[in-house]
Amino acid sequence: MSDKGTLAIYWAASCGGCEIGILALNEKILDVAAAFDIVFCPCIMDTKARDVEHMPDGHIDVCLFNGGIRTSEQEYMARLLRQKSKVLVAFGSCAHEGCIPGLANVTNRQSIFETVYLDSPSTDNPGRTLPLPEVQHNGFHLALPVFYDTVRTLGQTVKVDYYLPGCPPEADRVWDAVVAILEGTLPAPGSVIGAQTTVCDECTRTRSEKKIKAFKRTWQVWPEESQCLLEQGLICCGPATRAGCQSRCPTVNSPCIGCYGPNAGVEDQGARLITALASVIDSNDAEEVERIVREGVPDPVGTFYRFSLAHSLLRRAALVPDEERHELPLPRAAQ
Amino acid sequence: MAEKVGVYVCDCGSNIAATVDVEHVAQWAGGLPEVAITREYKFLCSSLGQAMIAEDIKTEGLTRIVVAACSPHLHEKTFRRACERAGLNPYLLQMANIREHVSWVTKDRVAATSKVKALVAAAVARVQYHQPLEPMAVAVNPHTLVVGGGIAGIQAALELGDAGYPVYLVEREPSIGGHMAQYDKTFPTLDCAACILTPKMSDVGQHDKIQLLTYSELEEVSGSIGNFKVRIRKKARYVDDATCNGCGLCIEKCPRKVVDDGFEAGMGYRKSIYTPFPQAVPKIPVIDRGSCIWFERGRCRACEKLCPTKAINFDQKDEILEVEVGNIILATGWDMFDCRRMPQYGYGRLANVFTSLEFERMCNASGPTGGRVVLRDGVTEPKSVCIVHCVGSRDKHYNSYCSGICCMLSLKLGHLVLEKTAAKVYACYIDMRPNKKDYEEFYWRLLEEGMLFVRGKVAEVTDVARTPQEEDQLIVQVEDTLLGKQRRIPVDMVVLMGAMEPRRDARETGLKAGISCSMAGWFIERHPKLDPIATMTEGVFIAGACQGPKDIPDSVGQGAAAAARIEGMISRGTVMIEPVVATVQEERCSGCRICNSLCPFNAIDFLETEKVSKINPVLCKGCGTCVAGCPAEAISGAHFSRDQINAEIAGLLCDADGRESGAELAFAPAQAE
Ligand SMILES: Cc1cc2nc3c(=O)[nH]c(=O)nc-3n(C[C@H](O)[C@H](O)[C@H](O)COP(=O)(O)OP(=O)(O)OC[C@H]3O[C@@H](n4cnc5c(N)ncnc54)[C@H](O)[C@@H]3O)c2cc1C
Repeated sequence: MSDKGTLAIYWAASCGGCEIGILALNEKILDVAAAFDIVFCPCIMDTKARDVEHMPDGHIDVCLFNGGIRTSEQEYMARLLRQKSKVLVAFGSCAHEGCIPGLANVTNRQSIFETVYLDSPSTDNPGRTLPLPEVQHNGFHLALPVFYDTVRTLGQTVKVDYYLPGCPPEADRVWDAVVAILEGTLPAPGSVIGAQTTVCDECTRTRSEKKIKAFKRTWQVWPEESQCLLEQGLICCGPATRAGCQSRCPTVNSPCIGCYGPNAGVEDQGARLITALASVIDSNDAEEVERIVREGVPDPVGTFYRFSLAHSLLRRAALVPDEERHELPLPRAAQ
Repeated sequence: MAEKVGVYVCDCGSNIAATVDVEHVAQWAGGLPEVAITREYKFLCSSLGQAMIAEDIKTEGLTRIVVAACSPHLHEKTFRRACERAGLNPYLLQMANIREHVSWVTKDRVAATSKVKALVAAAVARVQYHQPLEPMAVAVNPHTLVVGGGIAGIQAALELGDAGYPVYLVEREPSIGGHMAQYDKTFPTLDCAACILTPKMSDVGQHDKIQLLTYSELEEVSGSIGNFKVRIRKKARYVDDATCNGCGLCIEKCPRKVVDDGFEAGMGYRKSIYTPFPQAVPKIPVIDRGSCIWFERGRCRACEKLCPTKAINFDQKDEILEVEVGNIILATGWDMFDCRRMPQYGYGRLANVFTSLEFERMCNASGPTGGRVVLRDGVTEPKSVCIVHCVGSRDKHYNSYCSGICCMLSLKLGHLVLEKTAAKVYACYIDMRPNKKDYEEFYWRLLEEGMLFVRGKVAEVTDVARTPQEEDQLIVQVEDTLLGKQRRIPVDMVVLMGAMEPRRDARETGLKAGISCSMAGWFIERHPKLDPIATMTEGVFIAGACQGPKDIPDSVGQGAAAAARIEGMISRGTVMIEPVVATVQEERCSGCRICNSLCPFNAIDFLETEKVSKINPVLCKGCGTCVAGCPAEAISGAHFSRDQINAEIAGLLCDADGRESGAELAFAPAQAE
């Protein structure tokens, strides 16, 4: 093996977009390959968990871990990669704050299974078969990972050294992080590698004092091109979302949906958005305010916590306690 | 973070000690993290108590102080000063309110003691995150703005002027005087209102320190204590105040006469060019554009032709004046309840039902009837009069408050009727409340003069007769609660004691000056007992009936008190303002402008070039609205930082009786790296 560093890239409960995000580095990917040996990345090479199990602890210099933790297998891999990696990076919104899969925290395993395996109109399941973690079949013992009730973030599962926000992280920000790793200019462990301000900072639209009489959904308006989208009644999450994307969505006339997560130091992005929007609703009449919210925000969780529910102060809808998780033992360290 | 916290638990005599096991709390607090010393003491606010704290700070090297005692409203300043005397920054103190919040609201000693522990734990956790803060000194402009030239505003302006400080007195009507100028006599001494008011009015008019701006409105206020900028609209009078000598010829010659709904309360007439009353200050008339023949038809100009000093100017425009002042007194007074809102009393429908203000004008010697008490026909003297109390007050359908002055007013009016006519006078009251100096005596006087008192709230005033005796009379239907029976009292005349209500535009006026109104609409004072003339906005004071129903002596007292407060500041030259303010961390601010419209004190400016919002620390009151509203958490509130509040909550939720609490985990602030 060379004296290059070692890099692992792994995916858990995610969509694959983060791998694309890495590929979006374009030719700079060659610089990454020049600096690192990629020792584990199931997306692009034939490497198995077994290979990682056999690595000595701390063998991996940097592990970019995307996806949240939804199953026991993902939790196992998170613990394994933590053990084997010097620097573990929660890469992208899912690992950072649960992202879209985390929205399923408003429900639980049973109703997810019912929807997916029984109730969806395109499902044909006359035997009403549901996945089980273990079955005996013809004398064979078959096992599947356990599907948890709750999506957890990587940071809620293992100790994370750095977070790279975004759905997916912007290539330029990924490159900034790579440079920081290579040059040893990383911030204090535990921090998010990113800006200290919000999307509005990078947005070129003109803003004035806000007074909102009605919230509108994107299909209801053809937004004016230069004025702040929020002032036009569209719920733009920009004011409460960390900068880093060069205001991609607002630039193309579409409101920010919040994928870069909360600003530095903010505990709960959704709560920030809610207080901010509540304070600019242009009415003091309780009934009118109620109507504005009811008509304009049909899906509050999906609007304000689209990416951050699992990571927020809310985390999930209340659960009956004994439905909760099955712990797996930690892998023994390799000799 | 290694702090040395001193915890002091006050007995407050028996106020706290009777309900809370103070000794136990003090001893228990010794086990809290970072607590170096705990003491329990009979009266911490006494000079000995304060000296004890100061001594401990010096000898034990305490770096943070927690005082568990009464409300910080009462003694936070006291204990801050004690810290300061011992060389500790006063903002490193935290108070736990264990009297108003605990011992005064329960008798349960166990629950009280446990709650006190939680409050003390919260204060101990919080105080460790306190930062030393320094108050800011601001220079005070010696000019004062007084808005409203009723008796309260007049008194305030004279006090300040006589002390040698310049005043702008802004009055929206053509003359100062307010409601008091409308009355004939004033209770309880029955001095003639004009005799005691007009000397003050002319003092104002001639005062070299008072610039009188009548027929003017407050437009806009910016800035803050010490340095307000005020825009005033001087409405066009169409009479040049520099050349007019007040001879009154124009008024005499004006051919247009209209009903005077203002000063005469609809009881008399005035001309289109007019002064509201003969003793008006200033004497300069105004032309009422709405009724003037020249403005209506483009002919006439009689006043202009006859004016000996050529003072009439039909081309005059509204003028905007900009003045700078250090402080503002609002003395905008009250409005009368619209008695038409209670149709059961017949006002506006039954001719001989009058309001108290109408009746005041009728009694006034210079009023429309020359002081004669007569029915609407203008000639017939009533043989019986009934005064109805609590019209629109003490009634949850209109105003639940007691209007305060009406009992005395009823007695005054009753006296005037008895003095001027041979009529029988009834008063229907819910309770008699003549509750100030010499007021009860006045009540007795009227009892002796033969005024008849019926205890009961009037149900109806009607002209529908049931018996021949009731024909052509007004019948007052009332349950006499002392006799326990329904009565129908036939009278010739009814006078309604309409409630004093907040000015219809009080909210807008308050908003301009940055203060708010209570649910009922009165301006809110800083403290209902201890500071009734200051407001939550530094440098803005309230005096007179704009703060709540009030008689003349109280209005005068408040006017003088507000002036005295301001004189103190001016003579000192600077004011210290609380450093408990919010600040924007510029590097975190994206200029989203969510906060811009949130500040109740207009303290937030948006800097166009830097594209960030900025808070003026002098205007900021530290209320925290913007801190909560900022979606980027770019705004932090000094003395109410997230660390401090989170620590306080964690402390509060820590189970004081020893069980473990999960709350600490969720709320414990991130430890500094
Ligand atoms: C019928 C009646 C009789 C009474 N008789 C007595 C009595 O005998 N003895 C007694 O002690 N009390 C009496 N009172 C109570 C007395 O009227 C009040 O205490 C007194 O008027 C309060 O004075 P003030 O200056 O606060 O308000 P006001 O007299 O209402 O004066 C306020 C002034 O401010 C001006 N103003 C308002 N808004 C603005 C604005 N935005 N800009 C500029 N100027 C403005 C108004 O034009 C007015 O001149 C009586 C009340 C009533 C209803």
